[in-house]
Amino acid sequence: MFEGILLTIATAATPLLIAAVGELVVERSGVLNLGVEGMMVMGAVTGFGVALATGSPWLGVLAAIMVGALFSLLFGFLTLTLVTNQVATGLALTLLGLGLAGMMGESFVGLPGVKMDYVYIPGLSDLPMVGRLFFGQDPLFYVSIVLTGGVAYFLFKTRAGLTLRSIGDNHTSAHALGIKVIAIRYMAVMFGGACAGLAGAYLSLVYTPQWNENMTAGRGWIALALVVFASWRPWRVLAGAYLFGAVSIGQLHAQALGIGVPSQLLSSLPYLATVVVLVLISRNRRLTMVNTPASLGRPFVPDR
Amino acid sequence: MKKTILSLAAAAAVMSFGTVAAEAKVKACWIYVGPIGDFGYSYQHHQGLLHAKEKFGDELETAYLESVPEGADAERAIERFARSGCNIIFATSFGYMDPLNKVAGKFPDVKFEHATGYKREHPNVATFNSKFHEGRYIQGVIAAKESKAGVAGYIASFPIPEVVMGINSFMLGAQSVNPDFKVKVVWANTWFDAGKEADAAKALIDQGVDIITQHTDSTAPMQVATERGIKAFGQASDMIKFGPTTQLTSIVDDWGPYYIERIQEVIDGTWKQSDIWGGMKEGHVVMAPYANMSDETKKLAEETEAKIKSGSFNPFTGPVTKQDGTEWLKAGEVAQDGVLLGLNFYVKGVDDKLPQ
Amino acid sequence: MRIELIKRPERSALFAALSPFIALGLTLVAGAIMFSLLGKSPVEALYYYFIDPLREVWSLHELAIKAAPLILIAVGLSICYLSNNWNIGAEGQFVVGAIVGSILPVMFPDFQSWIVLPLMLLMGIAGGAAYAAIPAYLKVRFNTNEILTSLMLVYVAQLFLDWMVRGPWRNPAGMNFPETRTFSAAATLPEVWSASGRANWGFVFAIVAAIALWFMLSRTLKGFEVQVLGQSPRAGRFAGFSQSRMVFFAFLVSGGLAGLAGISEVSGAIGQLRPTISPGYGFAAIIVAFLGRLNPLGIIAAGLVLALSYLGGEAAQISIGVSDKVVRAFQGMLLFFVLACDTLILYRIRFVGTSAAKTVEATQNV
Repeated sequence: MFEGILLTIATAATPLLIAAVGELVVERSGVLNLGVEGMMVMGAVTGFGVALATGSPWLGVLAAIMVGALFSLLFGFLTLTLVTNQVATGLALTLLGLGLAGMMGESFVGLPGVKMDYVYIPGLSDLPMVGRLFFGQDPLFYVSIVLTGGVAYFLFKTRAGLTLRSIGDNHTSAHALGIKVIAIRYMAVMFGGACAGLAGAYLSLVYTPQWNENMTAGRGWIALALVVFASWRPWRVLAGAYLFGAVSIGQLHAQALGIGVPSQLLSSLPYLATVVVLVLISRNRRLTMVNTPASLGRPFVPDR
Repeated sequence: MKKTILSLAAAAAVMSFGTVAAEAKVKACWIYVGPIGDFGYSYQHHQGLLHAKEKFGDELETAYLESVPEGADAERAIERFARSGCNIIFATSFGYMDPLNKVAGKFPDVKFEHATGYKREHPNVATFNSKFHEGRYIQGVIAAKESKAGVAGYIASFPIPEVVMGINSFMLGAQSVNPDFKVKVVWANTWFDAGKEADAAKALIDQGVDIITQHTDSTAPMQVATERGIKAFGQASDMIKFGPTTQLTSIVDDWGPYYIERIQEVIDGTWKQSDIWGGMKEGHVVMAPYANMSDETKKLAEETEAKIKSGSFNPFTGPVTKQDGTEWLKAGEVAQDGVLLGLNFYVKGVDDKLPQ
Repeated sequence: MRIELIKRPERSALFAALSPFIALGLTLVAGAIMFSLLGKSPVEALYYYFIDPLREVWSLHELAIKAAPLILIAVGLSICYLSNNWNIGAEGQFVVGAIVGSILPVMFPDFQSWIVLPLMLLMGIAGGAAYAAIPAYLKVRFNTNEILTSLMLVYVAQLFLDWMVRGPWRNPAGMNFPETRTFSAAATLPEVWSASGRANWGFVFAIVAAIALWFMLSRTLKGFEVQVLGQSPRAGRFAGFSQSRMVFFAFLVSGGLAGLAGISEVSGAIGQLRPTISPGYGFAAIIVAFLGRLNPLGIIAAGLVLALSYLGGEAAQISIGVSDKVVRAFQGMLLFFVLACDTLILYRIRFVGTSAAKTVEATQNV
């Protein structure tokens, strides 16, 4: 039972983690893309459709990543090239994504999807207690962990990562140093889109292998909140996603045990827990200030 | 600019005349609370529309609005339909009740049909609903026969009478086979969130249930049950494709017969206000084929279904004790429809508390 | 080919006025293409989308009902965003305003007097403002990011409302369905011109609030303070403005207006509390705020446009059978064009050829 609970938590946390890590890179470059939900749902419908047509969940995942990145390009063109307001453009992207995905998926309703197989390593996966947890989950779970580590390494241990962060902190001086602000932001936005697409594919290929309209059900918004929760640090995103997952699953178990607390109160626990924990960690003002990208959401036009 | 708009308008006016089929005798309109792509509640209502279309062909013109939020938007949507020439309007969610009655007062020539409500303030308003709980009773019988653990998991949406009725009916069916049978209830607080429903199913399975039933709309619990190798019941539509080795049966909402009947009455001019609560007998509730169970269970399920269909048996027949131990129905007593439609207590044996 | 922006020396008044029309033109073209691809007559589709809802008086009333909460919430948010406070939880403040404002008609239904309605409105404002004070307090006191707290509190408010209408506030005569008792006549927001439709005083509140905040922002010291602290907190400090007080001010104003929108919607258009009372007004209002360029008068126009796109979408669904997904995608497209065209107000656009040095000025110096 304990192992089952942990596996359930991992499955609930993985799509949040993938989407949030992508958005973290976008925000670290100084761009706020509120369209995560829209990009995610585009990834979900593409992943489902391509996997169904080809029979290969991996092709579905690949297509979802590409569509997520392409879709985010639309946001990039508007906010980076035409310097439209990022908040409003992101929200419009969500509207467009939910609509387009619904149109694309009309013929997928009521069809069972292709499910991605779990990893199986003979011997290791069968170990009691920890076997499934460490060696027997879906492949994208491992991708999400590697992705988090990779982004953490990239941002804080590489020169390119430093460049990206410097743009997010002060695009004007980065530009003065000869850094191609807009080009790098385009790449960051596309990375975020690709991650959101992958997270969407996780929903329609692993979590619940089916397609339903609006199947993201607000997970893109939670991913956005997690980036803030983590004060823009990748490993804290992981902690936040698993905290959120754990409280969400925990309240379902509490209900099944019949503890008699109103279910609405239990359902609101994940949100309250996130707020309370953030309050506790953000009391350290200096630490938060250091990690917040100072140029976040501000328009930038290079002057020559 | 103004000129363009005017010519646009003129062109559109001409075109809209063209689209009205000259031979259409009646126009029927539907309002759904969810997207027709939910493969659940709204999807099934839309199937009803399609059946009606098939039946009447060119005689019937149809229109629908999906994802209409309950609240201020509902009144506008209903009024727009009434104004756009609909002869009969089907509003398919409880929350449309007051707006529907309000608009109905203004359009006495239009027929208004409201699903799951109880207010009929004008002679042109009718209400209808289905006795899904009849199917839940059969599910309970099957669950108690097939479960080895003696405990089933119930994924519920929101605590409204219809859902509470379903839980109770399931419980009574199960107790008719095994008086000690247990039901664990998890409220998902949503009609539709595949991920959350999957999580709820997993939580229930981890707590030892070996049969899952749901009163939420997605097929996710069925898929989870398949993966974990236990059995489950479908909801609203036949979900066998999602669990070929898992689905025991499913309660299928078949709204088609009712819609066809009422539209026919509008065409014939015989439509009258009514309050229809149709069940298996009327063909409004249909059980998907019994599968993945022993022959003995299947036989018992079929017998139960036959009893309910013939009208000789009502799932809510005494003796029934409430959760708190007090008597609800004496031996042989049958619950009144009025009590059922406002049900807000559990029968004995349900392992959950209702918000009061 | 590359696109370059050149900052105009000052805001272009011409393009400020023209850009909505350019956007409309582009939307019409793109919409026509989209509808043709879907096999629908583009002229007919666009007619139902943009003109049909404006043809009849009752429909204009509906437009006002739909636009009222959007405008009320958005003008409040404009104060927040101008002063750099990222309140994205207006949806929750709307809900709490509706709950607190409904205390009288739900718990004391027999208390019927002319004073009930004003009290309800005040309580609604107070409820919304108090709920918005939570993220404000956490931001000032603990430095907690308001984007996260205000968003999370939306979900909490919605679940709380859900519990209220299913539990303690359930209508005793309502067959145990999740809704409160319906409000008495004394607790119902009157219709403005009931002979022709059901638009209520909520729309009047929206217009009054927009004008009042426009005056505050453009003509008073407080408005100056909002703008200064938003653009440069440092400069604001030198001028003696308090950042913390501004955080509270912005959140309380926007929360209060969202609360007013909530109680107006419940008391006017719905008439009781239900598990869901808003189809996402609090989020749509964020778009309206930016569409209106954070200017309260612009927000009135933006709110009406967005409301029209909902109504028009409905008309198109009914009349020519496009699905609501198409409607939403089209709405997203419309917003993109409007946002993109606003770029022309502050910038000139140059298309720079990659090979030749030939540059084309897309727009002349205005």
